[in-house]
Amino acid sequence: MGSFSLKWDKFVSVLIDSGGYKKVLEGLGNTLLIAVVGLVIGIIIGTLIAAVRVLPVPIKWKKGEFNKDRKRSVKYCLDKFFKGFCSFYVGLFRGTPVVVQLLVFYYVLLPLMGIKITGVGVSIMVFGLNSGAYISEIMRGGILSVDRGQMEAGRALGLSYGTTMIKVVIPQAVKNILPTLGNEFIALIKETSVVSFVGASDLYVAFNYIGSNNYEFMVPYIVMAVIYIVLVIIISIGVKMLERRLRKSDRRN
Amino acid sequence: MIDVINLKKTFNDGFEVIKGIDLTIEKGDIMCIIGPSGSGKSTFLRCLNCMEDATDGQIIYHDVDIADPSVDINVHRQHMGMVFQHFNLFNNKTVIQNIMMAPVHIQTKAAKKKGSQDKRSREQIKKDAYDNAMRLLGRIGLEDKANAYPSTLSGGQKQRIAIVRALAMNPEVMLFDEPTSALDPEMVGEVLDVMKELAKEGMTMVVVTHEMGFAKEVANKVIFMDSGKILEMNSPKEFFENPQNPRLKEFLSKVL
Repeated sequence: MGSFSLKWDKFVSVLIDSGGYKKVLEGLGNTLLIAVVGLVIGIIIGTLIAAVRVLPVPIKWKKGEFNKDRKRSVKYCLDKFFKGFCSFYVGLFRGTPVVVQLLVFYYVLLPLMGIKITGVGVSIMVFGLNSGAYISEIMRGGILSVDRGQMEAGRALGLSYGTTMIKVVIPQAVKNILPTLGNEFIALIKETSVVSFVGASDLYVAFNYIGSNNYEFMVPYIVMAVIYIVLVIIISIGVKMLERRLRKSDRRN
Repeated sequence: MIDVINLKKTFNDGFEVIKGIDLTIEKGDIMCIIGPSGSGKSTFLRCLNCMEDATDGQIIYHDVDIADPSVDINVHRQHMGMVFQHFNLFNNKTVIQNIMMAPVHIQTKAAKKKGSQDKRSREQIKKDAYDNAMRLLGRIGLEDKANAYPSTLSGGQKQRIAIVRALAMNPEVMLFDEPTSALDPEMVGEVLDVMKELAKEGMTMVVVTHEMGFAKEVANKVIFMDSGKILEMNSPKEFFENPQNPRLKEFLSKVL
């Protein structure tokens, strides 16, 4: 135990006296920034993709010629194209590890397009696109779990498909998927620990820096683990509170 | 008011539910459609406001064939209220929000259009919709439930609110798709009472129902449908006391 307290002292001295805490704060900030902004982008992309994928196939036939003209209509082709694109997108981002996506974007795609962007920027982008693919599937399940009658009631009142979707179906879908969405956020927080691959300084980089200062890695990495756990616990509590608020309409008073 | 001409409907799997229906619904008509399960009566009703797309035939409403897929159906649906078997109140909205949502949204959109007659601001539209919603809730005696969520209400209350929600759009015709079939027997009466009151006020109504008593008492025309066709249409007196069609005779002997 004596050696551990020695290690602890060394860690504290690097953390406080040598300004290691600045690195930690920067890393924590970046980790949260990437995860939160990534999640927001992911929710937006995911909802859009899910909305396209649950769109009913446009049926436009000439009356009396059942189903004949359907395949030729512009709407039908557009619908096919967008749905195809969306499943391609989801397949691509779910089919490759996020590290590979980071590397490809940072070292291949963005340089090819001549775009210069920081490691943190690339990370936000990649994690947004990546979680968009996962969230689209979660959201699709959520939308399908809402009773068909809700859409029918909206349409019967003369509201459009889009309006009913936004005002009635998606709010209920979001409520249904909130626990899963919280899970996705937690996964995202943890997955961001690979962004050092593209030179973004996150929690890992900060504690690695502290450890390599005096080649004492044990304490920094334990503290890093604790910070991740605390983050995840805070998020879990937040999600539960949000859930309770949204469940308001289910409770009997 | 609505002219149905040779309406046919085939499901995607090739099953022909409706095999050619001709029907004229006049203003003030209270039409009850009865028939065995699977006879296509609900599908027919749903075709009237294009919740189901007809595969052939015409539905002429205000000189427009609304069965034509290129027609903007939303505009016409705003004048056709619909009440569902399973109520379908918006679960994420309170009772008052349920009733106000469509009028506020549609009137705001209309008022924003250039050259619109409606010069009210969104706040004014909301206020008017609120007043109207409260007046309607008062009619069914549920003002105290204005801020409740649907999950806290009984089936009968939900269905009465669903009727009021449709009325908030000031429809010309109301379509009822088995409005009492999902209710506890005790609650059927309160929903039928609301419908009877509507009928008295001269609302045009098309009602798919199993409530023979309601059909007898309130309807001015009763229709018997089986296997996708109208087999008999008559005044309720003739229909129930002197049925002509053998299939109808058999049906009535079983249910009455």
